[in-house]
Amino acid sequence: MTEQKLTPKITVVALVENEPGVLNRISSLFRRRGFNIDSLTVGRTHKPHVSRMTIRVDADPEYARRIATNLHKLVNVIDVKILDNEPHIVRDLALIKVRNDDAESRNTITEICERYPARIIDVGPEVAILEMVGTEEVLERFIEEVRPVGIVEMIRTGLVAMGRGTRIHDTEFKRPEIAHPKVDNHSNGNGRII
Amino acid sequence: MQLNGSEIIMECLIREGVDVMFGYPGGAILPTYDAMSKYHDQIHHVLVRHEQGASHMADGYARATGRVGVCIATSGPGATNLVTGLATAMMDSSPVVAITGQVALAAIGSDAFQETDVTGVTLPVTKHNYLVTDVNDLAYTIKEAFHIARTGRPGPVLVDVPKDVQNAYTEFIYPEQDVVLPGYQPPSSADEADIDAALKLISEAERPVILAGHGILMSNAMHELRELAERTQIPITLTLLGKGAIPEDHPLVVGMMGMHGEAASNHAIQEADLLIALGMRFDDRVTGNLKTYATKARKIHVDIDRSELNKNVKVDVGIAGDLKTVLKQMLPKIKDKTHPQWMGRIRDWLEDSNERDIINQDSNGKLLGAQVINDIWKYTDGDAITVSDVGQHQMLEAQYYPHQRPSTLLTSGGLGTMGFGLPAAIGAKFGMPHEEVWAIVGDGGFQMTLCELATAVQEKLNINIAVVNNGFLGMVRQWQELFYDKRYESTPMFSPDFCKLADAYGIPNMRVTSREQMQEAVEFARNIDGPTLIEFVVEKEEMVYPMVASGADLHDMKRRPKPGEVQ
Repeated sequence: MTEQKLTPKITVVALVENEPGVLNRISSLFRRRGFNIDSLTVGRTHKPHVSRMTIRVDADPEYARRIATNLHKLVNVIDVKILDNEPHIVRDLALIKVRNDDAESRNTITEICERYPARIIDVGPEVAILEMVGTEEVLERFIEEVRPVGIVEMIRTGLVAMGRGTRIHDTEFKRPEIAHPKVDNHSNGNGRII
Repeated sequence: MQLNGSEIIMECLIREGVDVMFGYPGGAILPTYDAMSKYHDQIHHVLVRHEQGASHMADGYARATGRVGVCIATSGPGATNLVTGLATAMMDSSPVVAITGQVALAAIGSDAFQETDVTGVTLPVTKHNYLVTDVNDLAYTIKEAFHIARTGRPGPVLVDVPKDVQNAYTEFIYPEQDVVLPGYQPPSSADEADIDAALKLISEAERPVILAGHGILMSNAMHELRELAERTQIPITLTLLGKGAIPEDHPLVVGMMGMHGEAASNHAIQEADLLIALGMRFDDRVTGNLKTYATKARKIHVDIDRSELNKNVKVDVGIAGDLKTVLKQMLPKIKDKTHPQWMGRIRDWLEDSNERDIINQDSNGKLLGAQVINDIWKYTDGDAITVSDVGQHQMLEAQYYPHQRPSTLLTSGGLGTMGFGLPAAIGAKFGMPHEEVWAIVGDGGFQMTLCELATAVQEKLNINIAVVNNGFLGMVRQWQELFYDKRYESTPMFSPDFCKLADAYGIPNMRVTSREQMQEAVEFARNIDGPTLIEFVVEKEEMVYPMVASGADLHDMKRRPKPGEVQ
């Protein structure tokens, strides 16, 4: 395995306001406090004004608690939860471009993809693109199997996570209407967070 | 009512109760300065000589009054000059709102003249900041900024307003509704279970010590602290910023803790079996080596900032809450106690300190910094607001000017900002015009912001400036003497003739070279209505004792030898 597991990994989920500069505030906090992040993903939720982050850190529970309390101090962070305290599901998505220029490589790829929840989503005479969604561990096993074929390009999204069952991590938050007509076209160089 | 952004800023400031603001005009903030002329009778603008002075003045005003201090500057260099003052306010949890002009929206990101990404620059040194991109957001944003600055753990908030937003007109409707911030809900009361757990530790303790910090003052919990201490007869140690949490002549007060703290305080903390830390954050300057810090003690920590709990020191009971509220929850359940044996040990340590105290020793006619501070204390009846700078004189102030009332010692504790003293004293005087205000500064720090002398003169401000001049960057020199073999690299310091300098500003002044002149000098300063400057020429190579070297164990203090004892 390429990845060494020296410290346990902790998954933190944060609901944040979908405002310009929020990602900057969070990354600045991590840099400033010296928190080591393994992966950080941001995405929309079913509420347009709320984004959700999944932060994966190499940390013991005490360290994770420090990260959570510091995240909570940010005004735009609505709620923070350490998911490891409850049953939860994590998923990572990878796009892998592999060599596909002879019969052997084509057969191997097809065979591997049948054994994993993976798909071949683009095929050309030289290369193919594989898509694989799964937990970190399964994804890594898959990548190691594909590697001998010849990976030429790869991207992983980083983990997203969700508590299982009725453990709902959501917010009823809404900013007061009249005072906050939202401006959408920002040109402040920070970019919107999504 | 149709108002432009600049007028909205002024209207909102008035509604927040702002009566003075400190700033410096420039291109991108000009519309707001133009609007000021319509509001002269409600808000007084103090023209500073450097924007750093503006942020320190707003900070000094805030520390002296507990109200939000306001500073204002233009874009680019104006805003970046505020940064040191914002960082100072951030570290010491001082409520400040900074308003900065920004280049017009369309020019943002184009490297326009005097453009800086100010929200980016100030991100780590503010509690929160805003770039307002729509005039319709302005009123609510300013309301939010004040709310965030003054509530919870207070801190500086910056609002960056592009020039065209200042010029844009809109229907002004002041947002009367309360600020709603779901991601920002400072804790207030504690769980009763935590209160009970804390009380259990207190009832079991034989050698308890209270560590009282700045939070006592900010939560206005002086009365509750006193009741807690008196009923349980627990001795109180103070952080630098906690001074004033209880009158220092109270029999339960041991003294300041930490690097240059009272030795008895440090010994008490190291020997204690219970620390009750109230509104303080176990800064490295008060703990020394964390591995050997208060190892015999269980710990209770109450702070409004949850992230401070278990940050530096692992605690047994951590309570995130407002101190006044939490102490009020505790008091009805508390059992009266005494610790006569423990108090006896502390008195022995204090007695030992007394024998070593330089103020009780003959200085052979030399004028010492400690004497200067102690005499200022004596001749101001110990009742002035003193604003110190950073360095030896700052520690001497903490040691030799006991404070009886809260918010009468203003000093840059967390950031240790040289140059803080004079501008912060100016801000404090605006907030507390009927109080006697002394800026106590060293020759080094004074020269960093002495341009604000002109501000004090222009405002006819009745402040007294004590320049403790030892011709050195004294605290750095002390470290060089102790840890760098007396290699005084870049610490001997030329200074102008401070009295002639004061003359140039039209400031009445006096030079003091011997202790016999002390009373006359302090009375001279007190009797003049307007700024005065006294230069105290003191012994060049004085040391501040006790001293816990950086990272050393808290009980491992360098002490001044007793008379007759060889060092």
